[in-house]
Amino acid sequence: MPSVCLYFQIHQPRRLKRFSVFDIDAAGAPAFARYEAEDENRRILARVVEKCYRPATRLLGDLVASHAGRFRCAFSITGVTLDRLAIDHPDVLDAFRALAASGCVEFLNETYEHTLAFPHDPEEFRAQVRRHRERIRDAFGREALTFRGTELIFSNALVECVAELGYRVMLAEGAEPLLRGCSPNRVYGTAGDPRIKVLLRNYRLSDDIAFRFSDRGWTGFPLTAAKFAHWVHALAGTARVVNLFMDYETFGEHQWAETGIFRFLEALPGEILKHPAFRFHTPAEAAEAHPIEGILDCPGIVTWADRERDLTAWQGNAMQQDALRALYRLSVPVQRRRDPDLLNAWRLLQTSDHFYYMCTKWSADGDVHRYFNPYASPYDAYVNFMNVLDDFTERVTAARPELEEPRC
Amino acid sequence: MRILMFGWEFPPQISGGLGTACLGLTRAMSELGQTVTYVIPRARTGAEPGHVRLVSAAEVPASAGPGQDAEDAASPAGALGKPLEILLRIIDSPLHPYLREDRYPGASGGAAGMLAPSGNYGPDLMAEVLRYGKAAGRIAAETSFDVIHAHDWMTVPAALEARRVSGRPFVYHVHATEIDRSGNSVHPAIFEVERLGMSLADRVIAVSHYTRGLIVRHYGIPAGKVSVVHNAVTRREAGPAYRAFKPPGKKWVLFMGRITFQKGPDHFVAAAAKVLAVLPDVRFVMVGAGDLLPQTIERVAELGIGRQVHFTGFLDGEEVERMFALSDLYVMPSVSEPFGITPLEAMLHDVPVIISKQSGVGEVLRHVPRVDFWDVDALAWTIVALLKQPDLAEAVVARSRGELEALSWETAALRVLDVYRGLLGP
Repeated sequence: MPSVCLYFQIHQPRRLKRFSVFDIDAAGAPAFARYEAEDENRRILARVVEKCYRPATRLLGDLVASHAGRFRCAFSITGVTLDRLAIDHPDVLDAFRALAASGCVEFLNETYEHTLAFPHDPEEFRAQVRRHRERIRDAFGREALTFRGTELIFSNALVECVAELGYRVMLAEGAEPLLRGCSPNRVYGTAGDPRIKVLLRNYRLSDDIAFRFSDRGWTGFPLTAAKFAHWVHALAGTARVVNLFMDYETFGEHQWAETGIFRFLEALPGEILKHPAFRFHTPAEAAEAHPIEGILDCPGIVTWADRERDLTAWQGNAMQQDALRALYRLSVPVQRRRDPDLLNAWRLLQTSDHFYYMCTKWSADGDVHRYFNPYASPYDAYVNFMNVLDDFTERVTAARPELEEPRC
Repeated sequence: MRILMFGWEFPPQISGGLGTACLGLTRAMSELGQTVTYVIPRARTGAEPGHVRLVSAAEVPASAGPGQDAEDAASPAGALGKPLEILLRIIDSPLHPYLREDRYPGASGGAAGMLAPSGNYGPDLMAEVLRYGKAAGRIAAETSFDVIHAHDWMTVPAALEARRVSGRPFVYHVHATEIDRSGNSVHPAIFEVERLGMSLADRVIAVSHYTRGLIVRHYGIPAGKVSVVHNAVTRREAGPAYRAFKPPGKKWVLFMGRITFQKGPDHFVAAAAKVLAVLPDVRFVMVGAGDLLPQTIERVAELGIGRQVHFTGFLDGEEVERMFALSDLYVMPSVSEPFGITPLEAMLHDVPVIISKQSGVGEVLRHVPRVDFWDVDALAWTIVALLKQPDLAEAVVARSRGELEALSWETAALRVLDVYRGLLGP
């Protein structure tokens, strides 16, 4: 009985304002408020809420109710986004709470600030995951079993770390470097830790919705729920799981309402469930329902990004590497200050988007990069970030260290 | 004397040293009672068919009338308080003193943010320079003047056309050559326009002995035909207006100029890395834009000094003043600098300077430290010395103050008038 596993990612970064060299060391707001493009962030979040979060969540609520437990899905909402939603759009948070209360929706864990702390500062990574776990438990009343890393980052070392933190299920990209010819539609164990089960994103089917849905040049256009369900049903003989992982903004923001994406989403559960063998499962349920059928050995890092399925979009060039190095060099000094504002600012500066804006890979993925980039060029992004980081470093240095021990 | 001058830029739009120099000289000449018709190119934003616009700067109303660009309302009288005899004539053209062939707005795939190509403009830079020359000829035909004065290569065809129409002598004022700008990758067509201008001109003015030598060596012009007139710097009435906050002990080292091969940005960055190894708290700031900006930023990243080396892009007016006020040291590591007015501006703000030996301004600032542009170790060592020894920096400023006072645009204008007289007779 194959499981269809839907998971939606929700993340909106706290973008930085234009911070010129004249702003460095100048008087003004403390910590992160100095650096944030607050109005812009508020405006963008309001737009995404209006176009996506509110209508899509209402629709999912209807689907959960009308299918009486047979439609199930999962979300991962970053801590930064959850905090902003709680302040500016509490009704949206309430809608997510209602979904959680239905028992049909799982909320996953990740890093609170959507960071790449794992490869750079594993101790800090654990702290961020623990904070997110608490935040999700407080908001939705349940302890998560499933972990997803920023950009579906995955490696043996990460598996070990995540298992130690108490998780039993991880999500990863169904990418060739990981699968080596195996199917993404099975549940795998890992070389990193025997306690972990992995669900792999079926990137063809996921991207049919997320990227190609409104592409008139695509042979699958126009995509209807019936057609998509037909493709899923064709996997009946071989697949144990079909994992459809995508950004939540696919619905209404990346694919506008006019493309028919909401009608597609509305009809999808019914069409999938027309085949008697198929069921919807949350990630934890899908992992529980199927045995391990292979072991993934992943010494290097695999992500869901770009063609390379790696981290080069975040740390592939010298600017990104310099920015990350300078940022994580502050780890010990920041921890020693025991100043919550400084720690919070340091963590918000780690949000992966800041480094994504510095990407210089203008390949086939260039358009995607440009779409999400608030800067005129990756050079502007780097220059601005380093201005901020210089100011922040001065503030950390100026604060008196209160701890001899590096970690709280 | 009546002068037809082909110049560059006019306030408030000044983007570089050439515009600053042209304006300083023109004002001084006007103040000496000369009548200057000042012709500049400026692109029309709403492309109208007219080629020539006539604005008398002294008569411009405070607010621009209908159909007139607001920028045309800028009057030098407003800046100085009394009307000047400068007749500003604007030719509709996208020419800009720092244009390169590949950045010309009409070039295929033209640079983002620049003007869209217009049917009225030439299809490439060289064609536009010639078209501009033709328009200049029409101005020359309807203006009376005694001498033609042109600044740098893009105005050479205009000056030659004006001389053909009028029979008046032509003085070619060289602020920079293709050798300075491009080193070993000289653009042959631009070099040829320069060579032609220098050969056909009745007299050549170089902004320094350094440049005069280069004109003789590379362009084969007889030394006797080339006069040297050093640039000056315009003093402001008030002292530095900005006292920006800076944590005590934090030193700022400034680069200000186009980020191009000529200005030696890579030498600045390499020296910065060496200085930071010794003095990690120093902050370096690079002000300016240019074709080497992306690779300069990448180089900074590769050296891992992005937190200490900051980029501002192009700054003007008030922000330049602020930057000087924040700076403890100005460095001009130019590979080849005919003159270089910015070190003088830094000095006006009491900021000590280091210049490359390949800079003409060294002929008038004889007490500032000079290093070969390629000698990154010497540059780094000199930066460290000046930062660590405030007495030394103070001495550089104090000893240069007298030299600065001896420099004025009036002196420069008088020398230029001497050149005219040599051509026209007493």
